[in-house]
Amino acid sequence: MNGAARIVVDRLVKRFGDFTALDGVSFEVAPGEIMGFLGPNGAGKSTLIRILCGLLHPSQGRAQVAGIDVAKDPEAVRTRIGYMSQKFSLYNDLSVVENLRFFGGIYGVGRERIDARVTEAVSMAGLSGREDTLVANLAGGWKQRLALGAAILHRPPVLFLDEPTSGVDPESRRRFWDLIHTLGGEGISVLVSTHYMDEAEYCHRIALISGGRLAALGTPRDIKRLGKEAGAEAAEPTMEDAFVALVGQAQGGRAAA
Amino acid sequence: MKLRRIKAIAVKESLQIVRDPRSLMIALLVPLMQMFVFGYGVSLDIRHLPLCLLDHENSQQSRDLLARFSASSYFSVQSVARSEREIAHELDHGFCQLAVVVPADFSQRLVDAGVTSVQALLDGTDSNSASIAAGYARSVVSGFSADVQLESLQRRGGTVQTQTPVDVEARVWFNEELESRNFIVPGIVALVMAIVGAQLTSLTIAREWERGTMELLVSTPVQPMELMIGKLLPYFAVGMVDASICLGLAVFWFQVPFRGTVATLLFTSALFLSVVLCIGYLVSTAIRSQVGASQVALLLTMLPTVLLSGFAFPIDQMPAVVRGATYLVSGRYYVLILKSIFLKGAGVSELAVPILFLALYAAAIVFLAARAFRKTLE
Repeated sequence: MNGAARIVVDRLVKRFGDFTALDGVSFEVAPGEIMGFLGPNGAGKSTLIRILCGLLHPSQGRAQVAGIDVAKDPEAVRTRIGYMSQKFSLYNDLSVVENLRFFGGIYGVGRERIDARVTEAVSMAGLSGREDTLVANLAGGWKQRLALGAAILHRPPVLFLDEPTSGVDPESRRRFWDLIHTLGGEGISVLVSTHYMDEAEYCHRIALISGGRLAALGTPRDIKRLGKEAGAEAAEPTMEDAFVALVGQAQGGRAAA
Repeated sequence: MKLRRIKAIAVKESLQIVRDPRSLMIALLVPLMQMFVFGYGVSLDIRHLPLCLLDHENSQQSRDLLARFSASSYFSVQSVARSEREIAHELDHGFCQLAVVVPADFSQRLVDAGVTSVQALLDGTDSNSASIAAGYARSVVSGFSADVQLESLQRRGGTVQTQTPVDVEARVWFNEELESRNFIVPGIVALVMAIVGAQLTSLTIAREWERGTMELLVSTPVQPMELMIGKLLPYFAVGMVDASICLGLAVFWFQVPFRGTVATLLFTSALFLSVVLCIGYLVSTAIRSQVGASQVALLLTMLPTVLLSGFAFPIDQMPAVVRGATYLVSGRYYVLILKSIFLKGAGVSELAVPILFLALYAAAIVFLAARAFRKTLE
């Protein structure tokens, strides 16, 4: 076991009744690493993130975040993570600053630091001058960046982003990923799920999840190479080609078994 | 538990209340409306009972007797019948609830035998009103017969000795006029506060689930107790305004005599408000849709308070099992407290027992509500 790993997932299983959402997933994430979760809808990406946030209990296996077992001490985990859920979850009837101050208070950001942190988050989201705008009146891209700003107010070492850019225009998505890389550069480990193939290229490593299992794990280049081995026909397979080939192989393998 | 987090939640919740003026208006207007509807709608007094008269004799004395019925504020003469058939018709159709029939030999028998009688026919479908009406009728008639007796004694000359040897000297304490409004209105304050209080908070958690903000909130280090206190504080303020509206109407509009102190009233009302807010919150943690939560909260507060709090139906007269169940209704204690403060001027020391029960109730429900909130999505 790598002692320096920020996130350790070890043979994790999650069952909902008869349905197995996660079936023995293992991987590690290093400090400052940006790990992408790629997979079809219902593959288990959100379930995995929710377990790591302490929102769901694992059925079997072990998961550690920032050195803490999520099943044993979810409260300790919660002080060390930032989370953006799939659905936008800031308060639409509160202004930009009111939202940030609320989450600052909830995360226990000290009074002496809160003003600076809020200002920082506002400028990071590109919302300087619109501090008092109600969040309901912001466009999608700004909302996402504000939610990201809220998630890192307490400077957590680990950040979970569940499809943060869905429904956002390409320009805003690119800006969002610039922010993620900035955070990674500051040593924050980021675990981000997406179904945009182009976004997968921005990740340091990709975990390809299909049917609750890890179908492939590696750098974007590794994934493309594995995709070719799995039968992608193009000479230079794109991420999408590799994705299709690897998911097909994983599902075919399960069907045959 | 961190004060900083409680404050952050209270501030956020207050902002949301203020940003939604329509809901706030409803929260303040509904108790006003309910006070008027219940305050005027619920009355146990029997006044102006529709009465039907039939005088077969039409003598000086029979007219004198019937005039007493007409003069009484308990009755209002609906019709003067000329036959038994007409009386039956009036009663059948519900035009009158009581019919008084004077027989043809009414005064003759009084002269001959010294004793005579009149007939009272009652519509017993509403047995409560009927027995009260019979009582009123009896008192009108006994007033009349006392006067008749006095007159005949005076006519015979001699010293007048009209007193019956033993007489009950009834003096009513606390509600001198035996006005049912005086004891019902304090009960209605409790009823309205129970309904409104639970409604206020029943939506607060469900709303966050519906809007998707709860998933993020449970991923933060916030503790269930902090969330609860932070969320309840602003609604407590709104609820105290509601309580002041209700109590103010009881004193200044419905003119219920107020003999206690404002401090006792506010203290006990705050205690009861905490209980009902927590009931609403408890419901909210269990039901994740706003409509569902509000319906269940209404059901849980209104029904038991109406039936089992003793606000209109005396607890002493309930069957033992039902009487036992009333101890589980928080409104029971508050109704008792309010009636005692209003009509008896009771202070904290006289009310120690119900206050203690209410406090225990509050502690139990706070504990349950804080426990009920789980910080997971399962």
